[in-house]
Amino acid sequence: MRAIGIILAGGNSNRMGGLSAKRAVAAMPMAGSYRSIDFSLSNMTNSHIQKVAVFTQYNSRSLNEHLNSSKWWDFGRKQGGLYLFTPTITTTNSYWYKGTADALYQNISFLKNSHEPYVVIASGDGVYKLDYNKVLEEHIATGADITIVCKEIKPEEDDISRFGVVNLSKDGWVEAFEEKPLVAQSNLASIGVYVIRRRQLIELLENCAKEGRSDFVKDIIIRYKDVKKIHGYVMDSFWRNIGSIESYFKTNMEFLKKDIRDYFFRTHPDVYSKVEDLPPAKYNGDAVVKNSLVASGCIINGTVENSILFKKVYVGNNCVIKNSIILNDVHIGDNSYIENCIVESRDTLRANTEYIGEPDKIKVVVEKNFRYAL
Amino acid sequence: MLLAGGQGSRLGVLTSKLAKPAVAFGGKYKIIDFPLSNCINSGVDTVGVLTQYRPLRLNQHIGIGMPWDLDRNIGGVTVLPPYEKSTDSSWYTGTANAIYQNLEFMEYYNPDYVLILSGDHIYKMDYEVMLDYHKASKAAVTLATYEVPMEEASRFGVVITDDEGCIQEFEEKPEHPRSNKASMGIYIFNWKVLKNALQVMKDVPSCDFGKHIIPYCHEQGERICAYDFKGYWKDVGTLGSYWEANMELVDIIPEFNLYEEFWRIYTKSDALPPQYIADHTKIGKCIIGEGTEIYGEVEHSVIGSAVTIEEGAVVKDSIIMNGAVIGKNCVIEKAIIAENTVIGDGAVLGTGDYAPSEYNPKVYAFDLVTIGEKSVIPANVKIGKNTAIFGETTLEDYPNGELKSGGSLIKVGDLA
Repeated sequence: MRAIGIILAGGNSNRMGGLSAKRAVAAMPMAGSYRSIDFSLSNMTNSHIQKVAVFTQYNSRSLNEHLNSSKWWDFGRKQGGLYLFTPTITTTNSYWYKGTADALYQNISFLKNSHEPYVVIASGDGVYKLDYNKVLEEHIATGADITIVCKEIKPEEDDISRFGVVNLSKDGWVEAFEEKPLVAQSNLASIGVYVIRRRQLIELLENCAKEGRSDFVKDIIIRYKDVKKIHGYVMDSFWRNIGSIESYFKTNMEFLKKDIRDYFFRTHPDVYSKVEDLPPAKYNGDAVVKNSLVASGCIINGTVENSILFKKVYVGNNCVIKNSIILNDVHIGDNSYIENCIVESRDTLRANTEYIGEPDKIKVVVEKNFRYAL
Repeated sequence: MLLAGGQGSRLGVLTSKLAKPAVAFGGKYKIIDFPLSNCINSGVDTVGVLTQYRPLRLNQHIGIGMPWDLDRNIGGVTVLPPYEKSTDSSWYTGTANAIYQNLEFMEYYNPDYVLILSGDHIYKMDYEVMLDYHKASKAAVTLATYEVPMEEASRFGVVITDDEGCIQEFEEKPEHPRSNKASMGIYIFNWKVLKNALQVMKDVPSCDFGKHIIPYCHEQGERICAYDFKGYWKDVGTLGSYWEANMELVDIIPEFNLYEEFWRIYTKSDALPPQYIADHTKIGKCIIGEGTEIYGEVEHSVIGSAVTIEEGAVVKDSIIMNGAVIGKNCVIEKAIIAENTVIGDGAVLGTGDYAPSEYNPKVYAFDLVTIGEKSVIPANVKIGKNTAIFGETTLEDYPNGELKSGGSLIKVGDLA
């Protein structure tokens, strides 16, 4: 128990289109039966970090619902547990979190009251497996003040200018750090995972607050870049950020590849999620399913190709679903046709309807039709 | 009090290493999930599970009862194995004897009523409704009954009731039944009546509810009522009925519906990921569990979690349990394949003419191929009907690469 964990899950992204209208990015359903935050949470528990605080602010209902019990990730121990920090009014402060650093500062007593020497900070919108202990080991070995986890982003994987771009020296020290640059100077992105000594973090946060600053990246990492020793830990395993419609769609679709599924689903350690006790998926006589992921609780009568059906999706007779993502608990009426779409969760699509997007412009379908309960 | 100690010997190799309540059912469940889920859904949150026969897997499954919300501060689930005493240490010798040996457990909670259940039926039942009936009819004992077809009634213990539902007479497996109300093995006792009966009858060898306790209560003039249960109820005691009950789940609107929001069935689930259905597959009527990967053809089958069905394989009318691997180009028809079994490429199961089982014709009937857990079947062998296999088999075990109908290969377990 050398470190406590912090997951920054407060954010919205205007690049998520309609999908983040009803939830924070960290609560986005992923890979059929998970949510985005499950990856960071599972990494925490698999790295034996037992005390984890999740910071939320933007529309956190869905996220709160997902985190309503900490037992699924094996938190909820006598030592530690899962903490949820949403903004609250205090005698000295009645503002929302003005930024990531401000969010941490407003809950600085959590940091002060802990006894673990280190803090691992992660974000809730990454899809990856990472043993944070390895980062921590390197952090200690290099004698860094702050360690930033970096990942090389290939152009076909994502648009590097969405991220914080890092230049490392030969020894792995951060030489330049630019947030969402117009022209990226390297293809190394910060994945939003940091390791820092707890007392160091408290000191930086207090200085930051005194100066009226509030952003962790801008006002701590970049501002202190030349004063503090900032080290880059380069990870080379799978990592994707799902903070835009394109990357969300693409990352989900990557789970149709066997090696990706084997890496996440059939290789130790496991990724955990809230268990919903749904029955096995059911295929009726006329179902045709090809190259698709189907989560539990689905009932399929129609045709599904190159798609991902999340939990409890009902596909009516003679439906055709191609190259699409259908989120949780969607009911699709008979004879519908859906191609290149993301259908928002809990939607009801009427029978005989058509929703068609383009392969490079995925359509987000949000219907609020009334569903007659059975 | 949930009786889960029985072997269920008529399930053959499926229960040679685990108790019948721990046998998989319906893709992701185990048989005991049904009574346990019924308990919590009915608001019964203090449950003793009596184990005896090979309890390891059952213990692992139940744990502290978290999947059923039975991890409680007060009550919750308690596993009750037989235990040593300073004098007279003995196994549970009968259903009532098992309960008698755990009087202390019940005394600790000092209940008003005790519900006795068995861990080997598939059904959804609100025990609270039965308890309301028990209270309303001012009975000392209520037993749940189920109307079976008259011609089958002679296989059951049947009861003859008066107009009020009060029981007049019992007949245990009668030759000429006068009623078709069969006892389901579900009882509600007033605690004092149960305690007294168990203490009086404690020296009866193999003390049993149906044979001893209920007749004793009847003799004592206690009011015993029959609660007529209408709904799906299936005894899965034989391979045939077990197979049938599984297959009923794949009907378009199954009589036993797992997809209702109301009355969920809970289970301990390890696998979470979605299932993957590859290109060039054919999926007929079936249900498939989490994390399963299908590259072949599946028709009218129940497939568990984390199963792999390789390219070109054809699975029909079969039950495949968690973690099994079906090799390339296998043809599998009417088979029950238990957990983590590996079927080699090109094996053909359920082929050939009918022949009765030479090993145990009472158990291995119904034309099924039954394969126990963690078995290995070599590539390209042919396996006939009414066969039983358990353990790692190699090509040498199959003369001419074949196990004829009615044959068996039992290499592990008590019967090896």
